[in-house]
Amino acid sequence: MNSFGEHLLPGQIGHFLIILSLVASLIATIAYSKSTNALIPAEAASWKKIGRTAFVIDAFSVFGVFALIYYIISNHYMEYSYAWTHSDKSLEPKYLLSSIWEGQEGSFLLWAFWHGVIGIVLMKTSKKWEAPVMAVISFAQLCIATLLLGIFVFDLKVGSNPFILLKDSGVMSPENAPAFYSNGILRGDYLELIHRRGGQGLNQLLQNYWMVIHPPILFLGFASTIVPFAYAIAGLWTKDYGGWTKSQLPWSLFSAAILALGIMMGAKWAYESLNFGGYWAWDPVENASLVPWLIMIAGLHTQLIFNATGHSLRSTYLFYLLSFMLILYSTYLARSGDLQDTSVHAFVTSGMNWQLRIFVFAFVIPGLLMFALRYKKIPHIVKEESSWSREFWMFIGSLVLFLSSLAIIIPTSFPLFNKIFGTSLAIGEDQEFAYNRIQIFVAIIIGVITAIGQYLKYKTTNRQLFFKKLMVPTIIALIFSLIVSIFGNIDYDKYGIGYLAAIHLGIFASLYAVVANTSFIWLGLNGKLKAAGASVAHLGFSLFLLGALISSAKKEVLSVNKLNPLNFGPDQKEKGEENLTMFQGIETDMGDFWATYAKDSSTQGGKTMYFHIQMKRKDGKGEFMLVPDLIKNSKGQEGYSANPDAKHYLHKDIFTYISYADKMREGEDTSKFRPTSVAINDTVFYSSGIMILDTVQRNPANKRVQFTESDTAIMATIRVIPFNSGGKPITAQPYFYFRNNRAEYFPDTLITQGLAINLNKFAADQTFEIGVKESTRMTPFIALKVLVFPFINLVWGGVVLMLVGFVMAIVRRVKTLKA
Amino acid sequence: MKKTHIVLLVCIAAVIMVLLSFMGNLSTYETLASARQKPGKTVTVITQLDKSVEHPIEYDPLKNPNLTEFYVKDSLGNTAKVVYHFEKPFDMEKSDRIVLKGKMQGDVFEITRKDGILIKCPSKYKDDPKAAGNNLSQN
Repeated sequence: MNSFGEHLLPGQIGHFLIILSLVASLIATIAYSKSTNALIPAEAASWKKIGRTAFVIDAFSVFGVFALIYYIISNHYMEYSYAWTHSDKSLEPKYLLSSIWEGQEGSFLLWAFWHGVIGIVLMKTSKKWEAPVMAVISFAQLCIATLLLGIFVFDLKVGSNPFILLKDSGVMSPENAPAFYSNGILRGDYLELIHRRGGQGLNQLLQNYWMVIHPPILFLGFASTIVPFAYAIAGLWTKDYGGWTKSQLPWSLFSAAILALGIMMGAKWAYESLNFGGYWAWDPVENASLVPWLIMIAGLHTQLIFNATGHSLRSTYLFYLLSFMLILYSTYLARSGDLQDTSVHAFVTSGMNWQLRIFVFAFVIPGLLMFALRYKKIPHIVKEESSWSREFWMFIGSLVLFLSSLAIIIPTSFPLFNKIFGTSLAIGEDQEFAYNRIQIFVAIIIGVITAIGQYLKYKTTNRQLFFKKLMVPTIIALIFSLIVSIFGNIDYDKYGIGYLAAIHLGIFASLYAVVANTSFIWLGLNGKLKAAGASVAHLGFSLFLLGALISSAKKEVLSVNKLNPLNFGPDQKEKGEENLTMFQGIETDMGDFWATYAKDSSTQGGKTMYFHIQMKRKDGKGEFMLVPDLIKNSKGQEGYSANPDAKHYLHKDIFTYISYADKMREGEDTSKFRPTSVAINDTVFYSSGIMILDTVQRNPANKRVQFTESDTAIMATIRVIPFNSGGKPITAQPYFYFRNNRAEYFPDTLITQGLAINLNKFAADQTFEIGVKESTRMTPFIALKVLVFPFINLVWGGVVLMLVGFVMAIVRRVKTLKA
Repeated sequence: MKKTHIVLLVCIAAVIMVLLSFMGNLSTYETLASARQKPGKTVTVITQLDKSVEHPIEYDPLKNPNLTEFYVKDSLGNTAKVVYHFEKPFDMEKSDRIVLKGKMQGDVFEITRKDGILIKCPSKYKDDPKAAGNNLSQN
């Protein structure tokens, strides 16, 4: 602690550890490279030993940096820019970790953390491949360490140090924050001021349990793609081209599984806490993580082909090289600021673009160069695969996945093309359809290939047996899909009959894959579940496809606004009428339901406002509550974020979010109480009825309040008769109350009338003064959107099943390798 | 001709088709002035709220929850009224940049798709030292 009361030690240790990790990863890179190139085994072994030590030091430095940042954030050391920018004292402890990965530095750190873990596992398991593989990973660690360096080399900022102090970060300069300075000198109690005001806090949208788990898993997925890449480089480097493909296979499976899990956790988060009404929006940042996965899957299949037949090694190399390069590219896209006009997720530029570019090129150029130079030497079989072989169709499938990923990444890169070539391309008005109409055909082809693939045998297949085995699943799938097509009411004709036909074909293809892969466990594997990893993964994937198709094609808007529909002409069937205004307490017609905005509640301090929507089935078969909420944004960002709620059924979700609530309106109600003098039995008019003062009592027996003898409370009972009620009165009972010689007033509010009545005082001659206020603000209202996603559970369940399949495959492969 | 060649040919054809289909539906970045020259064509414009108008955003869910009208200006200082046929996006007031995708109809820029508006994510303001400094002094 110094004179300002700053805790400088953790930051100093932290920055030292960053520099240590930089040096250690540099030594590890050099030592492992030397070990790879060494010709004498003893020399190789001694270099390897140095490399190991250096990498372990690097990994533990990174773990240490991570722990220190957590320490700083959890102790609320606001003198650190990172803690001030990303957390606040009021933050719930479970979200403290999320604060780490809200910032760019923290997410780089997460990446390096997983590289460290993966590297240590590889050290133990990769045997003769250790040196070249670890050289590549150490080099990646070196690159990431430079991004965290935060030093200036001749005015050029290299990296961004997460341990920088707030007062040094530029935020607290005398121009930006003059309050912290007296006579141009930083005030001695500046830290106290900051603590009193608190940190900026974590973005509300990230205060969600998925945001605690999604980033670590996604970054484990990102980090794991380096393993297939590193093995591919190792193969090219050592010229042992096909030697690694068997022992490395569990890593490819692991990477494909974890990346899928990470991406889909992000999708689940978007579905649960964002209000674009879905789980996937083809946002550039989403695309950029999907594309490496698609290519990883392509590579996984060509690797299997090579292991079984010796074909497709070259494409395996290409796919694994590309997969990691595209991870780097996506990192660049998300962080460079080049996407900020097309993506809602992208960061603004961090001033480190040149460094990010070097990071990308440091892997892309040597990787592609090595591949090009050694391409001819990579063994391949001249004789073609038979059309009746499994490898041929697996290869076609991989190729389709690769093309599909090109069709995604090219439009995603438009902003970058524009920047480089000075063009002004942008995806047309309907971004989602632009992607969907291509990917629907990918889904059809992949679905059918996934269905028949395993029934084919490597090399060549007995055709009679093939047709015999496939016959039953084909017929069952046809029947199922016909039932769905005919009775499923899939009539998504927004984009014309051709697209609708493609959706039906897609449903058939995915159902075909579901049935065929399930039956393959018995028809092909005789029920040996241990060997069924691939079938289970394919089954999961095809269920996911089916769920994605049905939940999107049959997505339905319940909150259709029939009062003021808008006309966008014949080319716009989707009209802007998906929000419905609901007044509190008034039943509203909504599809199969009567919906009522019953009440609202809020957490302490009003940070979160909950809106209770009662949904009553029109056929009387039950009712339920939907409770979407609005969360007040963290400091410095006034306004609210909408957080959806859903009622989950096995076969559908009813999903809702608040588009507007009058509670969000800023400022106080401006209408005032209008004073009126009345005697008992007098009548007073208001805009939509009359009111009559019936009685005034002292300390009345009352359900609302219990008065005792020592109290002085005066309550008026007023009959309010609205014009449209047919004479049926409503009772209002305003009162006041003396306590410590001061009157406290308790007006009564009649929400349905937009009316508040106050008992102001006694006046002379048995008359009383009452205050009457009329306001539209009296009736709370909301505008909300309610959507139905049928069979959305197939999407989540399919992904889970796919992961189960991956785990089964990994377990089996690892066991075979050990045997 | 080998089978791989046929496969490659089919793939190339597919890629060309896909690219063409994207081309057929492309929009371009324009300014408000150049968008006025192309009425009825879908364009993308980068703008910000026109703060010189007293109420730059008009949204009254009591009248119509599906209509937001607001005023923008682009980097050249041209201004326009925008009609967005959906609910008001949540952080619109504090945005410093709004990317619009829609058509110029007369003097009004019409957006008929929900994702026709892109507003920068609130978390991103944190990366801007100037904005962060303002927060530090204000709150």
